[in-house]
Amino acid sequence: MSIQVRRVTKRFGDFTALDDVSLEVPSGALLALLGPSGSGKTTLLRIIAGLETADRGTVLYHDEDMTASAVRERNVGFVFQHYALFRHMTVFENIAFGLRVRKVPRAEIRTRVHELLRLIQLEGLERSLPSQLSGGQRQRVALARALAPAPKVLLLDEPFGALDAKVRTELRQWLRRLHDEIHVTSVFVTHDQEEAFEVSDRVVIMSQGRIEQQGSPAEIFERPANPFVMDFLGNVNVFHGSVAGGRAQLGSLEVDYPEYPHDDPRAATAFIRSHELEILRKKNGRPALEARVTHVNPARPIVKVCVYSETFGVVLTVDVSWERYAELRLNVGDTVYVSPRQLRVFVQDYAI
Amino acid sequence: MAEPRPYPQAHDDPPAVRLALILAAVLVMVLLVVVPLANVFYEAFADGVGVYWANLFEDPDTLHSVKLTLMVAPVAVLLNVVFGLAAAWAIARFRFPGRAFLTALIDLPFTVSPVVVGLFLLLLFGLQGYFGPWLREHDVKIVFAYPGLVLATAFVTFPVVARELIPLMEALGAEEEVAAVSLGARGWQVLRMITLKNIQWGLLYGIILCNARAMGEFGAVYVVSGHIAGKTDTMPLRVEKLFQEYNLPGAFAVASVLAMLALVTLGVKTALEWKTRRELAEAKRLAAAGGGE
Repeated sequence: MSIQVRRVTKRFGDFTALDDVSLEVPSGALLALLGPSGSGKTTLLRIIAGLETADRGTVLYHDEDMTASAVRERNVGFVFQHYALFRHMTVFENIAFGLRVRKVPRAEIRTRVHELLRLIQLEGLERSLPSQLSGGQRQRVALARALAPAPKVLLLDEPFGALDAKVRTELRQWLRRLHDEIHVTSVFVTHDQEEAFEVSDRVVIMSQGRIEQQGSPAEIFERPANPFVMDFLGNVNVFHGSVAGGRAQLGSLEVDYPEYPHDDPRAATAFIRSHELEILRKKNGRPALEARVTHVNPARPIVKVCVYSETFGVVLTVDVSWERYAELRLNVGDTVYVSPRQLRVFVQDYAI
Repeated sequence: MAEPRPYPQAHDDPPAVRLALILAAVLVMVLLVVVPLANVFYEAFADGVGVYWANLFEDPDTLHSVKLTLMVAPVAVLLNVVFGLAAAWAIARFRFPGRAFLTALIDLPFTVSPVVVGLFLLLLFGLQGYFGPWLREHDVKIVFAYPGLVLATAFVTFPVVARELIPLMEALGAEEEVAAVSLGARGWQVLRMITLKNIQWGLLYGIILCNARAMGEFGAVYVVSGHIAGKTDTMPLRVEKLFQEYNLPGAFAVASVLAMLALVTLGVKTALEWKTRRELAEAKRLAAAGGGE
C-alpha cells in the first residue's frame, strides 16, 4: 500500500505547521520523517493517519482518496511516543483491543495475539499490566497492538524518544528486522538523524513546515541539497566567505569552485565535514589553514581533534584515524595545518 | 507515604502548643459534630425501639416521604451523571471559546442559595410563571409535583459529579482515547472500554456524594414542593414538619435515617477517595515518566 500526500497545508492559528507539502511513500518502504522540533513532521504523520485534518491538500492510499475518511476506515496502525497503552488492561487485552472492536471471533483473537507476543518476544507476560513493564517492553506492546488488526500502513511517532540510549539502539535494529519480515508500508517520525539513517530506506528532511530534501540515506549524506540539510546532519565545520571567477575565498583558504565562473563576487557558505579535514605538520602546497590544537578527544573509534584557527576565529573539529594520530604525535598547543580534502560551497542568493 | 524529613524538626512547634491545638480542634469537632449527631440518635430512641420503629414505618406520611425521597434522588443522580460526564468531557478534552465561563457556570448551583433556585423554578413553571399557562393548558404538573422535586434536586446537586470528574479526566489525558480511535474503536466503544474504565472510581465517588446531597436537599425542594403531606413531602421536609408539630421522637427518627445515610456515605467516600487518589497519582506518575524508565 503506497501513500501519497499531495500539496497539504495545515495551520494552527497563525502558525503554519505544514506549507504545501507533497510526499510519496512507496509500497513496503520504511520512511523516516526527520527534522527539528516544530518542523511539522508529527503533524504530517497525524494527517496521514487521519488524527488531524489538513486545511488543504489530499492524502491517497494506493490511489484511493482518504482525505475525508475517518481514522477507523483508514486501517492504520499508530504507535504513540508515550505508548498510550490502556492502563487498566493486561498486555493480552491491549494487543487484542483492535480485534475486539472489530468483532473478530475469540479463537482468532487468541491465535493472533499469541502470534504477536512471539513476534515481540514477550511470551509469558500477557497477564502483566503496562505499569509492570519496562519502557522497552511497553514500546514493543504498543507496536504489537498497532500491528494486531493487520494495518495497511504503520505510523510511528518518535517511537524510541522516551527510551534510554542502549534500549533505543536495540529497539531500532529490532524494528528494522521486523520491517524486513513483515514489509508493511511504514512511516516514522524522529529528530535523531542517526536513528533515521540507520533504520529507514528513505529519509525525508523537514524544516519549518516544508520538505528540504528526500532520498535514500546515502544520497542525502553524499549530496545534501542545501545548507539547512548540511547543517542539520551535523559533524560539520562552517566557513563564511565569497566566490568569484571559479574560485572560493574562505579567509586565507582559497580553493577551486568551477560551479561559479562569473566575475561578480557573491557571499558563500562552505561546509566541511570533520572527516573531510586533514591535519598536516607541514604545508604540502595544498590549500591549508594554520591552526592551534586546543583539545584531543581519543574516546571513540576515531580521535576527535579540536583546533583553533586565528584567521577565522573559529574552532574546527577534525576526525583523525588512530594510525594517523600516532604518526602526528599531536599535543595541545601545537601549531598545525588543516587542509580540506573535500568541501561543499553553497552560494547565497542575492541579498539586500 | 510521607517523605522522610531531610533535617531535624527544628521549626516545629513545642509539644505544649501542638497538644493545645489538637485539643482545641477535637473540642470543636465534639461540640459541633459528635454531640449533635449522638443526640439525634438519643432523641430518636428516647421512647424505646418500638416507638422508633412505629415512628418510621407506621406513619403513612413518613413512609411516603421515605418512598418519595428514594424516587427523587436516584433520578436526580442519574441526570447528573449524564450531564456531569458530558460537561467533564467537554471541559477536559476540548479547548473552545467560553470554556472558562462554562467551568464557572458549573459551580453556579453551589454559589446560589437553594431557596433562590426554588424561586427560579417557580418563576419558570409556576402558575404565574413564563411557562405556567402553557403547562396548565396541556395538563402538565411540574411545580408542587414530582417533576419539580427532581428538577430542584438535580439543579442543586449538579456540580458534584462534574467537579469530581474534570480534574481526574484532565490528569488522565486523551492519549488512550486517541489510541483507541486509531485502533478502530467507535465513540461509544471508547467511552465504555477506555474512559469509563479509567474514571470508574472517581465516578462512583461522585455518584455517592451526589446521592447524599440529593437525599438531604431541603431549600430548593421546600419552595417547589408546596409540602403536601403524603404527596410532595421528602424526608428532610418531613423532618421539619414533624418538628413543627412537636412530634420530636418522630422528627428525630426520620433525621436518624438521614444521619445514617451520611455516615455510610462518609465511610464509602473515604474508601473511594483513597482509591481515586491512587489512580490520580498513578496517572501523574505515568505522565511524568512519559511511560518510560
